[in-house]
Amino acid sequence: MTTDTLIIGLAGVLASAAPVLFAVLGETISERAGVINLSMNGTILLAAMGGFAVSVSTGSLFWGFITGMIIGGLVALVLAFSSITLKQSQVAVGFVLTMVCRDLSYFLGNPYMGLTGPRLSSWSIPVLKDIPIFGALLFRQDYLTYISYLGIIIVWVWIYKTRPGLILQGIGERPASAFVRGANVNRLRYIYTVLGGALIGLAGVTYSLSVKYGWKGTISGLDGIGWIALSITIFGGWDPIRAAFGCYLFSLLQWLGLVLQPALPNIPSQVLQVAPFPLMILTLLFVNIGNAEWVERTLAAIPEPSRKAISRLLRALRASPPAALGVPFESE
Amino acid sequence: MLKNTRWANLLIQLAAVLMALLLTTLIMLAADAPPLEAYANIIKGSFGSLDRISKVLLSWIPLLLTTAGLLITFSTGLWNIGVEGQIVLGAIATTWVLRLFQDSAIAPGWIIFLSILAGMIGGAIWASLAGALKTFGGVNEIFGGLGLNFVATALTLWLIFGPWKRPGVGSMSGTQPFPEELWLPQIPDYDLSYWALGLAIASIVAVYFLLQGTYFGLRLKAVGKNFRAAHLLGIPTWQHMMAAFFLCGIFAGAAGAMQVTAVYHRLIPSISSGYGYLGLLVAMLVNYQAIWAAPVALFYAALNIGSIQLPIVLKMDSSLSGVLQGMLVLFVLMVEGIRQRYLRRT
Amino acid sequence: MKVELKAIHKSFGTVHANNNINLAIQAGTIQGILGENGAGKSTLMKVLSGFIQEDEGKILLDGKPISVRSPADAIQHGIGMLHQDPLDFPPMRIIDNFIVGREGGVFPNKKEARKDFIKLANEFDFALDPESYVDSLTVGERQQLEILRLLWLGVRVLILDEPTTGISALQKEKLFATLKTLAKQGKTIIFVSHKLEDVEQLCNQVAVLRQGILVGEADAPFEIDKLVEMMFSKVISVEAKQPCPFGNSALSLHNFVVEDYRLRLESVDLTLRAGEVIGLAGMEGSGQRPFLRACAGLLRPTQGKVIVGEKDLTGKPYLAYKNHGVGFLPASRLEEGLIPGLSLTEHFILAEKGQGMFIDRERWERETKERITSFNIRGTPLSPVEALSGGNQQRALLALLNSPLSLILLEHPTRGLDIESVIYIWGKLKERCRQGTAIIFVSADLEEILQYSDRVLVFFSGRVSPPLDASATSVEQLGQLIGGKGWAEKFEQQGDVYA
Repeated sequence: MTTDTLIIGLAGVLASAAPVLFAVLGETISERAGVINLSMNGTILLAAMGGFAVSVSTGSLFWGFITGMIIGGLVALVLAFSSITLKQSQVAVGFVLTMVCRDLSYFLGNPYMGLTGPRLSSWSIPVLKDIPIFGALLFRQDYLTYISYLGIIIVWVWIYKTRPGLILQGIGERPASAFVRGANVNRLRYIYTVLGGALIGLAGVTYSLSVKYGWKGTISGLDGIGWIALSITIFGGWDPIRAAFGCYLFSLLQWLGLVLQPALPNIPSQVLQVAPFPLMILTLLFVNIGNAEWVERTLAAIPEPSRKAISRLLRALRASPPAALGVPFESE
Repeated sequence: MLKNTRWANLLIQLAAVLMALLLTTLIMLAADAPPLEAYANIIKGSFGSLDRISKVLLSWIPLLLTTAGLLITFSTGLWNIGVEGQIVLGAIATTWVLRLFQDSAIAPGWIIFLSILAGMIGGAIWASLAGALKTFGGVNEIFGGLGLNFVATALTLWLIFGPWKRPGVGSMSGTQPFPEELWLPQIPDYDLSYWALGLAIASIVAVYFLLQGTYFGLRLKAVGKNFRAAHLLGIPTWQHMMAAFFLCGIFAGAAGAMQVTAVYHRLIPSISSGYGYLGLLVAMLVNYQAIWAAPVALFYAALNIGSIQLPIVLKMDSSLSGVLQGMLVLFVLMVEGIRQRYLRRT
Repeated sequence: MKVELKAIHKSFGTVHANNNINLAIQAGTIQGILGENGAGKSTLMKVLSGFIQEDEGKILLDGKPISVRSPADAIQHGIGMLHQDPLDFPPMRIIDNFIVGREGGVFPNKKEARKDFIKLANEFDFALDPESYVDSLTVGERQQLEILRLLWLGVRVLILDEPTTGISALQKEKLFATLKTLAKQGKTIIFVSHKLEDVEQLCNQVAVLRQGILVGEADAPFEIDKLVEMMFSKVISVEAKQPCPFGNSALSLHNFVVEDYRLRLESVDLTLRAGEVIGLAGMEGSGQRPFLRACAGLLRPTQGKVIVGEKDLTGKPYLAYKNHGVGFLPASRLEEGLIPGLSLTEHFILAEKGQGMFIDRERWERETKERITSFNIRGTPLSPVEALSGGNQQRALLALLNSPLSLILLEHPTRGLDIESVIYIWGKLKERCRQGTAIIFVSADLEEILQYSDRVLVFFSGRVSPPLDASATSVEQLGQLIGGKGWAEKFEQQGDVYA
């Protein structure tokens, strides 16, 4: 493999990570506010279909993207209403929404199967594109990829550096404390859930209008992405930068699967395609194992110096979710 | 009217059903599809003839088995979303035993019996994996289970296109069908097997008694409702969680075994037919009460079978049944939430 | 600022938590609100601070009626409340905690905030590092942070809800000095407590609540007997101490070292005899909790031996301890003790071991009825446990303990209970002692510790004192010790650990 094809391949990795990144960032802010959006897998499909259908009908990419985001926001709104206002289990409602949205996308998307319409093109950033190696890698992409770079930075700055971001951390950690500080906890939860949902919707249309162009019903290859994005959110420890790292790692692994395929002719392609899933289980195992009780018990029996080292490693890997994740808030 | 009486509950559920139907109708209107004809087609497609009814019952069997298993994990507070993969592994194990003995001298009845047993064990092992990830690895059962579902699907594909491929070239239509003597005995002229039907009904009855009347069932509920308090009360908690996974796996594996021995008579790529996810919906819709599981599962099976002909007759995607099935649960959850909110207010 | 409450009513379901409360508080004074748990003090203060809304009544500030719809409204009017468990964000830095809630632009000016914080902290002599994390602070320090934050927001009426629970004598001294300074500056301080001693030391006047009604007011100096009578409508005499005769060793710890990720306790050697009661005193987070849990087998000691009765149980799991007659009652009744959603009967079924397959519901309901009577629980066999009151939940927990037991371990056995329940529960525990059970308990209430224990262990940031004779120790001494003061004199060790 030449350096050029390697760079093109890696640039493709960055581009195909963009939709996963949108989804993970959306889920991260939603969960930071205390709401698990488990509908992600279905939302991505429905938004992909809806955005594609609108862009085909209107001939406008713009309206396609807007539609996708609105769909994502609306699904999140249903989740927010059921879980925040009606206090139903977020997991139950999210799971049902996943199923409904998936079937809805197949049902409504039937007439749009295999059609074509406008398609997002790439746009190289002047000057930056000519930087050796990095230019070709980072700056000859489409708009969405650039937006995904920005998204990581914006969400990170928002959560950790701004006043509303501190409150966002607060409503997910200890809503009662945020409430006495003047935050309207449930309204903010609504806002962040819907905003997160819109980002998840954007992930869907990014697929159907760019990364995996078109709508092909059940063989669109999008079923499952949402679950991957959910586990990357956990892997990312609700931190946008660590999450972005997870997205790029996932995208890189998928690309490696494609590249390595010819080298391993005995393994059917279907097997390599699911390779990320066992890997996902493994990473979650590493992130979570420090929480298991037997680990603590076993560690206590290990002699001092190695015990300290192991427990420090486990704690560095460990990610603890926002304390009030999934817990409804009511000011008595 | 929103008080907590049996009639009020029934009325509220009815309202939820009507709202789900209304919304599904609106969706059809928006998609330029004729709703009345679609519903008529679903009803005709499910209960229009004895043949259709037997098909509905045939689809009811794996769904009911899966739901029975899920009631156990839900009681233990576990979201066993990996049930889908457990069905698949049940089917794979069943196929494996059938293939192993199909040319042997053992009586076909015994081979079928052994293969179903293997299916149950296969499902139970796959469930135990998700359980071990949860109890020893701290991996939430939703994520562990989902990952295992995808692995199970990959395993099926690999078997169908690899070691178990049909003579010649492997295809999406699955492995070579088994000879008829390795099918569960069927009612003449229909696909339905009394044996399978009996197994499903016996399972849901057993689960009902397990959860309602036994010490073990009560301990499972205790672990599900408050893990830490159950531990302090002296209940071995992780053992009970593992047991719940294992039991659910047995039922899901049995569902997979039925898919092979009573429905498809071979291994196909989508052998689980989505009954795992559908079972989760049914369990939620009946609010985890075993007593309602049988009728609701029957209704869902009827929707599944009834919608099969939609694409041919009305050029509509059959996923319409899935939309309606999901909407029903969504509205039941929401209406329940509204009722609780109302009760809190007063 | 003068605060007036006029005809405040507030009900929760059938409970009339505040019934026609009228109270006027002058600026520059410290007003005590006295009453036992459940008297309606917290409700009244939550109404004033906007946490909940009154059903009827008016709030006036300097004679002007105001409407307080939320805590933010209250802050706008200059009313701030310090909650019993300070409402902060443990995983965040002190400075971020300080900033959240202050209005301003999208990007907070951390530099300014840090400067203000340090200035305020110096003014009151609080040693808080703005960059450290809140979950590394003691309750007392978290209170200090909240006080600074509220003052920074311009609060002129400061409400404190039971602030002396869980803080050391030294921190209490500092808190009282701070409150007196603030009152001198003209601020209005409202001090909610059920501790007569604190009110007596601090307040200029006091209002007493009982069962939602304001039953009386008094000015300093107070006649304690009269206040007690107002609080309980009768004179309560706590029964005199009657130690039980001690038997054989119930629990012995040898070179016992407990550790959790925050704290390593120094090694303990202790023998507890049947019938003996040991109280564990210390500020929250000083190590009593891991110590007690290690005695129950819930946490594995990193070193040393645990011998229950004659049996060496070192390293064995909790169930082995339970089977050898160790009972454990956790502090959080509904989180760890009971199972919400299950009935009392179902709890009794679960607590019993070694049954067959099917449950004989009728037999169990009969049995539950008997226990409900013998433990004086207000509830029916089919009541879900979450519907019981705190006192009845604690009684149910006691009823769930197997018998006989050689050792009972309790975390905060009477926290949040009314005085009647407290007396009842200790009566039952003492009965167990007479039957030969040893008891170890943790409490934040130093008086409770001295009243009911034979010996006391004091915990201070990882150190464990040798056992003290409870009858030879005063509340003041104990208060000093849990704050790390006076260890050297008391235990003849090198240097004062507090220094």
